[in-house]
Amino acid sequence: MIELKEISKKFGDTLAINKASFKVEEKETLVLLGTSGCGKTTTLKMINRLIEPDAGQVFINGENITNQDPDILRTGIGYVMQNIGLFPHYNVAENIAVVPKLLKWDKEKIKVRTQELIEKLHLPENSLSMFPHELSGGQQQRVGLARALVTDPSVLLMDEPFGALDNVTRTSIQKEFKGLEELKRKTIVMVTHDVQEAFELADRICLMDKGKIIQIGTPKELLYQPINDFARKFLAGQRLFLEFKVVKMQDIWPYLPKVTLQDGKSLSADMNVWDAMELLRSSDRSELLVSGANKESKAVNFEQLTKGFNQFQNAQVHE
Amino acid sequence: MNEHQQTLWQFMHEQSDKLFAQTLQHVGLTFISLLIAIAIGLPLGILIARKRKLSGTVLGIAGILQTVPSIALLGFMIPVLGIGAKPAIVALLIYALLPIIRNTYTGIIGIDQHVKEAARAMGMSKSQILLKVELPLAIPVILAGIRTAMVINVGVATLASFIAAGGLGEFIFGGISLNNTNMILAGAIPAALLAIILDALLSLIQKMDFKKLRKALYILPVVILILGGFYALPSAYGSTLTAGFTPEFMGRQDGDLGLKSTYGLKIHTIVISDAVMYKAAFSKELDVISGYSTDGRLKAFDLKILKDDKSIFPPYYAAPIVRDETLKQFPQLAETLNLLAGKITDLVMTDLNYRTDYLHQTPERVAKDFLISTGLYKAPKNGHNGVVRIGSKIFGEQYILAEMYSMLIRGNTDYEVSTKTGLGGTKICFDALMNDQIDFYPEYTGTGLLVLLQPDPKIAKEMAHNKDKTYDYVSAEFEKKFKIKWLKPIGFNNSYALMMRQKQSKDLNVNTITDLKNYLDKN
Repeated sequence: MIELKEISKKFGDTLAINKASFKVEEKETLVLLGTSGCGKTTTLKMINRLIEPDAGQVFINGENITNQDPDILRTGIGYVMQNIGLFPHYNVAENIAVVPKLLKWDKEKIKVRTQELIEKLHLPENSLSMFPHELSGGQQQRVGLARALVTDPSVLLMDEPFGALDNVTRTSIQKEFKGLEELKRKTIVMVTHDVQEAFELADRICLMDKGKIIQIGTPKELLYQPINDFARKFLAGQRLFLEFKVVKMQDIWPYLPKVTLQDGKSLSADMNVWDAMELLRSSDRSELLVSGANKESKAVNFEQLTKGFNQFQNAQVHE
Repeated sequence: MNEHQQTLWQFMHEQSDKLFAQTLQHVGLTFISLLIAIAIGLPLGILIARKRKLSGTVLGIAGILQTVPSIALLGFMIPVLGIGAKPAIVALLIYALLPIIRNTYTGIIGIDQHVKEAARAMGMSKSQILLKVELPLAIPVILAGIRTAMVINVGVATLASFIAAGGLGEFIFGGISLNNTNMILAGAIPAALLAIILDALLSLIQKMDFKKLRKALYILPVVILILGGFYALPSAYGSTLTAGFTPEFMGRQDGDLGLKSTYGLKIHTIVISDAVMYKAAFSKELDVISGYSTDGRLKAFDLKILKDDKSIFPPYYAAPIVRDETLKQFPQLAETLNLLAGKITDLVMTDLNYRTDYLHQTPERVAKDFLISTGLYKAPKNGHNGVVRIGSKIFGEQYILAEMYSMLIRGNTDYEVSTKTGLGGTKICFDALMNDQIDFYPEYTGTGLLVLLQPDPKIAKEMAHNKDKTYDYVSAEFEKKFKIKWLKPIGFNNSYALMMRQKQSKDLNVNTITDLKNYLDKN
């Protein structure tokens, strides 16, 4: 668990962070979202003391981090950055082994763990002896992720981790990232300026502007209960897409046709509307079988899906 | 051309022992100073990369030191560190510092900020970041700095021979003073090769990838240390007294060679420039030096000339030498220059030299005072009837003579004067004269005979000890060979002489060179 209490930071005369406070629960992913210069990266870097706050405190698992040795603190926190920052003079295996070596792991343990990560992150076997410049951007970022995960730290900080990747690579890595078991056990704070990425990966989003926290909430809360004009306008451009992403089958459950007794492979109602629509469009099926709560199943076609979504939307507006 | 190469090869072959020893000394000097420069420059570079505020000051100071002329720097070192290896190494290391500090600094601050941040974020301590990230990544740039420093050092190390630190400069500067092209080349070619080879080796290391580089970096300091160790090879020549001879003296029949063959003198000898030799003798770094008999420092440093009882040092009567063509062009010149003929005795010359060398009066003032006291001075006429170019070698006496001639010409003729003083040695002066870059300069009969004419040793020996015979011979031969005229001798005889401190000479009861030999044989 991470907690920031009234953190402030000045660079020269400009107030980069103004009394920011938030909590990140255990195993939660909090995304700091905002435009460039809003203070999100500065906020992130104060969690592992790459930047020291001028005022306020940071607690990790209840302990004030200013009382800890910064180097020891950092070995216990995974860090992934946009520019990856792999050591150009180390090969992949050595890059991954940096923190374990600082912690004086024995060679065998490092080897086993490295092997495990290589497989989980779909890095080619022969890449271990390659140098960073010999890898593609996506592979480099996977190595960067492996380096942050190797000691299985409970806290992971990510500064625009997919920012340097092209769109196609980014989407696929985001997907993999979301599916990674290892990450589900971790408390993650991630910085991004990409609204879609934030909605894709966040449990909660912390929207920032000019060094201040504007709103903290789930993607759904941000979308349907924006706290002010800034929050509303920030999402306006991609609103429809985000709504499809945020609304789940179980949300529109009441607006879908009645229960069928059809048997067969059914999909979880946890799926969002966007994914369901994509599935209908990309496969030759005309209907999807979705299983909701109470072991009910419903068969839905594209038309019913959009209709149900619209009804749900109307209900939200009237609420 | 072919013949020429052959003789160079022969020379190198003949002198292979010396050549080898000098090369080792040269390599040794270069690497000892390089090693120390790395030991100082690397941490300094790291420090200023950490504390950027200091960088301007440190790089500024190193830059200023770099611009001090090497000879001057060597000169500054002598009062503090004496002569020999110590001041040479310090001077070299000062030259090597700037490229090493600067490249360490740029190498470290040039590293990708994100890599440094990643290192910090992973929990590396400052020293771990330095050793595992910053230095390895800066190494190619640092090596480039070391490479520059090394090449500079190979070059500057040739000057080490001026202060008795050895190296290939002994041949180079000996050759320049002795008009011996082979000798110059025997020093210059190995020095150039050394620079090229060492540079190529380091460039190989620089181009290695990180993996090989790591191994190479363990080996490099060891190699530098071993190469530096060459210098420490003892010169096995034990004697109780130490002699300092100029490079020129070392190679002359009427110098060290004659001392060995005629007197059988065996003395521990180091090669040193005459600019610092007297002072070194005075401060007891040297016991015997090869000075000039009219040198003012003889008086200034209380030195005593040892009698040349087997007369190996031929007379060195000074007289201006002028190209025939010049005499035609300036009809009044010969007459004017001859005004000084017979006017300056040994004693007078020593006194004049003493005034410049020790009392630090300007040669101009000394010259003017002398001319006034002898009634030769006339106010300049500011003539416009052509310009006479006067040359001089690079020591005090020649500066004074050049000034006197310049005043005489200005006062007695309608010619204007330009002076090119401080030409680095007999060869340079004489070549300038031959190539019509100067019109005349004061030369010495002995030098004319032994250095410029280099006659058959028999003739030389026959001639050498008679003042008039030597003068007649060089006059005739110069006219025949070079179309150059010797005007009338000025009067003094500035020959080579072995000198000791007055007190030591008294204590050891050494008054002649034979005494010195006997003393050395006994001890």
